[in-house]
Amino acid sequence: MITFILNNKTIKTSAHSGMTLLDFVRYEQRLTGTKIGCREGDCGACTVLVRTLENDTITYQSITSCISPLGNAHGKHIVTVEGTNLKNKLTTAQEAMKANYATQCGFCTPGFVVALTGFAISNSDKNYSKALDAISGNICRCTGYKSIEKAACQVVEKLENQEKNSFKWLIENGFIPEYFEGIPQRLKEIEADDLDQPKGKYVAGGTDLYVQQADNLIDNSVHLIQEKNFLKGIEINNGICNIGANSTVTDLWNHTELNSYFPNLKKHLKLVSSEQIRNMASFGGNLVNASPIGDMTIFFLALNSKITIINPAGKERQLPLKEFYQDYKTYDLKDGELIKTISFKLPTKDSYFNFEKVCKRTHLDIASVNSAINISLENEKIQEAHVSIGGVAAIPKYLHKTSAFLNGKSLTSEIIMEAGDILQNEISPISDVRGSSDYKRLLGRQLFFAHFTELFPKQFNLNDFVQHA
Amino acid sequence: MHKNKSNNELESQLDAVSIALKKSIKNLDSYTHVRGESLYVDDVNIRQGTFHAVVFDSPKAHGKIKSVDYSKAEALEGVERIFTYKDIPGKNQIGGIIPDEPLFAEDEVHFWGMPIALIVAETEFIARKARDLIEIEIEELPVITTGKQAKEKGSLITKPRSFVLGDPEKAFKDCEYVFEGETFSNGQEHLYIEAQGAYAEPLENGTIKITSSTQGPTAVQRTTAQVLGVAMHKIEVDVTRLGGGFGGKEDQATPWAVMAALATYHLNQSVKLILNRHDDLRMTGKRHPYESTYKIGLSKDLKILAYEAEFLQNAGAAADLSPAVAERTLFHATNSYYVPNVNVTVASCKTNLPPNTAFRGFGGPQGMFVIESAIAKAAHDIGVTPRAIQEANLLDENDVFSYGQIAKKVEAKNSWESVKSIYNIEAIEREVEEFNNSNSAYKKGMALMPICFGISFTNTPMNHARALVHIYLDGSVGISTAAVEMGQGVNTKMMQIAANVFSVPYEKIKIETTNTTRVANTSPSAASSTADLNGKATLKACNALLKRLKTVAATYLKVTPEQITLKDEFVYIKAKKTQLEWTQLISMAMLERVALTENAHYATPEIHFDKTREKGHPFAYHVYGTAIITTTVDCTRGTYKFDSVKIVHDYGKSMSKGIDLGQVEGALVQGIGWMTMEEIAYNDEGKLLSNALSTYKIPDIFSVPKIVETVPLETKGHELAILKSKAVGEPPLMYGIGAYFAIQNAIKAFNPNYDLKFHAPITPEKVLMGLYEKNNI
Repeated sequence: MITFILNNKTIKTSAHSGMTLLDFVRYEQRLTGTKIGCREGDCGACTVLVRTLENDTITYQSITSCISPLGNAHGKHIVTVEGTNLKNKLTTAQEAMKANYATQCGFCTPGFVVALTGFAISNSDKNYSKALDAISGNICRCTGYKSIEKAACQVVEKLENQEKNSFKWLIENGFIPEYFEGIPQRLKEIEADDLDQPKGKYVAGGTDLYVQQADNLIDNSVHLIQEKNFLKGIEINNGICNIGANSTVTDLWNHTELNSYFPNLKKHLKLVSSEQIRNMASFGGNLVNASPIGDMTIFFLALNSKITIINPAGKERQLPLKEFYQDYKTYDLKDGELIKTISFKLPTKDSYFNFEKVCKRTHLDIASVNSAINISLENEKIQEAHVSIGGVAAIPKYLHKTSAFLNGKSLTSEIIMEAGDILQNEISPISDVRGSSDYKRLLGRQLFFAHFTELFPKQFNLNDFVQHA
Repeated sequence: MHKNKSNNELESQLDAVSIALKKSIKNLDSYTHVRGESLYVDDVNIRQGTFHAVVFDSPKAHGKIKSVDYSKAEALEGVERIFTYKDIPGKNQIGGIIPDEPLFAEDEVHFWGMPIALIVAETEFIARKARDLIEIEIEELPVITTGKQAKEKGSLITKPRSFVLGDPEKAFKDCEYVFEGETFSNGQEHLYIEAQGAYAEPLENGTIKITSSTQGPTAVQRTTAQVLGVAMHKIEVDVTRLGGGFGGKEDQATPWAVMAALATYHLNQSVKLILNRHDDLRMTGKRHPYESTYKIGLSKDLKILAYEAEFLQNAGAAADLSPAVAERTLFHATNSYYVPNVNVTVASCKTNLPPNTAFRGFGGPQGMFVIESAIAKAAHDIGVTPRAIQEANLLDENDVFSYGQIAKKVEAKNSWESVKSIYNIEAIEREVEEFNNSNSAYKKGMALMPICFGISFTNTPMNHARALVHIYLDGSVGISTAAVEMGQGVNTKMMQIAANVFSVPYEKIKIETTNTTRVANTSPSAASSTADLNGKATLKACNALLKRLKTVAATYLKVTPEQITLKDEFVYIKAKKTQLEWTQLISMAMLERVALTENAHYATPEIHFDKTREKGHPFAYHVYGTAIITTTVDCTRGTYKFDSVKIVHDYGKSMSKGIDLGQVEGALVQGIGWMTMEEIAYNDEGKLLSNALSTYKIPDIFSVPKIVETVPLETKGHELAILKSKAVGEPPLMYGIGAYFAIQNAIKAFNPNYDLKFHAPITPEKVLMGLYEKNNI
């Protein structure tokens, strides 16, 4: 039995674990405030909140219920818009939306309200920029967002005097109903034994599989692995970072130590999907999705990462990520094998990392081309360089020749431009809905240059690489 | 000095806006919206035994159907029945303007996504699985995807139409400058977040009730009756609200409702049909792509003396609303400029795309993009700013439009001069120039966009509405109109009108669902006219009731009815409050057997149009405004951001300031989306490539302009606007056109070799290619 708390109600259901959480709340529980917009995690109309037992602090996260398997709710607290409602009055987030005219047709509105409420009861900093991040996965076609920005601003103002992690404060200030206070205890008490996991397709966060093949998952057996402990966690040992394949982008985002190693980490990760998806999507999933344009794959390729693969017998093997991909959507993983960890050497004070991504829409979009670089310098010479690029080949591309060329060279604009020429020989973009091949070539060149103008702004500017007036 | 003065003016204007917003009425639906309690079609309680339906559609854009094998699908457990054209008891015809569109394909398919059959099953999931089991064989025929291809093959929906004013041919000879060129503007997906859908249920005696997400309940009712071969009174259509429409549910909400009703007709059971997003994107039409050519002639002092344009409208595989959309392109071909000699022609080209349809602006934006392109081209080649040409040609009072209407209460110059002075245009231009001189990796661009948009259905007979107002015996009020609430706030405006007439609090008034049994034979909620038409009807009904109530009060109080007023739920004699309360007055009227229900009809006066001469007075009035758009282009990556959009907009005397501002901002962002990131792509076989939200991108919260400021234009309003509060739904969308030119100006600032192009949307791809064209490194 899948057991969880839905709003203020304990649910025990024998429904199929692969059913989407969205269908369960809408059609089994008749909680119709959660809307269906796209069923692809691209619009946020179906946003709900999820809280796990593990943490004693207030950590609700927003997710898109349309691509979340019901089984992943097991043992958790799920909150829909109805679960945030107070009796006969509006919550602070709802009132802010109303007062600022931030709702027109109303169809996307519950998603925004839930995401803003999630922001209020998450442990993120309570500032305007974080509030916008929280609703960045919500699409509105009516308002043009300016009124929603004002509503977010009003919520942030109210939160400024918040007592950290205090349910009591949030309840007293009208953010959430009273029953939330009892949830941590109730989560401990519900009997959420390990779910029986039938054999079938491995599903972690589900963010890609439910977009590609939802119809196969909702009535076939799925093997949920999101809660498998051996796939979790981010550890740092002796200058090596090991990331469990089930870690999410948000886990990386929140990792204090990694943020100190990668000062631009949040800026880069902000380009990777919306907050809802970052809360769900696992790195393992991103790697085996094998999209030639996968953002995190490009990210880890440039870090020259290794992956550890585990088979059902518990036997492990390790290989460099750059050797994992063989051809379009094919890779070195046998039946029953799982990616267990991704590991890479942490940057030193002499190394520099950058990630670039360009798409039609800067955020919440799939790249036309993305690229990452990790470069270490010693006495103005490049000691080691790793460059990756996506969207220009059948696989997420580690640029072997370009990287090798840069090794040992001086960091000059001539060398960079020469490397840029090698890059052009290594890529083979095709024309598709993300752009013409000519565009992708030009963009590949530009993003390669952008790495250097970003990393060494005192040394290089755009003029050093391109000719114009 | 000047700068300080205008800054003060701006600050006080913006303060006034912000105070007005605090006080202004909130959307009546906000309470249930924010709580997730508002009901949309997929939320209605369904009856036991309801079936769910999925549409089987053509996997080819053009061809002859050789065979369809439904046997495996029919054999799937849980499948109730599959319906095709053979099951239609009436006419297999849903075309609104021209009967050229079957509900289900018979022998031929004309677009990829054309409905062929309806699969009805116990669950939507089973119906979808059954769909995968249908085998179809199609003998492919040549596919037309562009207007030009259609024109070459003579594939047109109707005869081309032209508006002519003066003698352009002669006038071009007198021009100092003449320029010609081509433009393209792509389609646009409506992307209402609530997909198309309907729920049909059988009532007694062959009556079917349809809950539909439609802007046009009467269209659904009429078409269903026609397809089922039953009388219209057997079909009841009810609409609570839409999760967005934008024109996409004016005509194209109909087929799904008809299909659900057809299945209900045969099965005598409720049927629900909600399109999933992919089906919706694939099967429904969009804003029309336009391929256009223009010729513009100017005098030495930059007066536009002559303008010619030919618009090729990509109508798709059936007429739908295309002829009407095409007509509006002609009406707005000269935007807010006076041009004495005009010859503009539009051809609705029949292609193998899904039938394109209404979309906010309704052909107007496509026309305006062309003349703005012509001005940009002329300015560039003459060596002046586009602003100089725009400014030299703005409409004046009593100027004549190409369609014969004399421009009255013109606010073109007023809005233009206001935006210039309030925002200090010279300072903005200087800032852009200074930024560009001192930055190489980023460039700014700026553009002004004036708008002039005519209000009324251009098809004069559609300009009418009715309202049915009940005062219940406890003094509460229920109002039914033809207006469909889809986020534009029309219900709130109806409520304001009644509350104002009766002087009762908003809580006493309920706006009922839009239902064909309460208000019949209606025009769709479209053309920005919904609040005007239905509001005027509501006002009329309320005033008639008020008159009766005053007579009752006057008799009781022994005064004349003229001396009676109602204020805050009390009766006043002149300015003096009496003890007679609203609820008592209603009880009294009941006892006196006075009718507390009124049904009023309103038809817009003054308007007319003669299509044989293409002359007349089609619009009740025009809406004006001007926007300044500023952008910053990242010249390394080809991406762009909008720094600000500053607008002076003609609301008339806005009756709902917060709601109207929301319309301006929402329309603006939708317009910017159309011009920038929203790219519809079909391949040569007519298959939609931008077929999901992952491949079709509309603006998100990070991509909207950092600053959007809208200052109301000081005007007296217009009598034909409801309470002098002008229509606001569509006009502001066209401010977004400025985004194209602002970006193009930034590209020019980076790459002097860049050739101007007028090919929208200007995606990051086009920007990057433009930044580096003719630059070999």
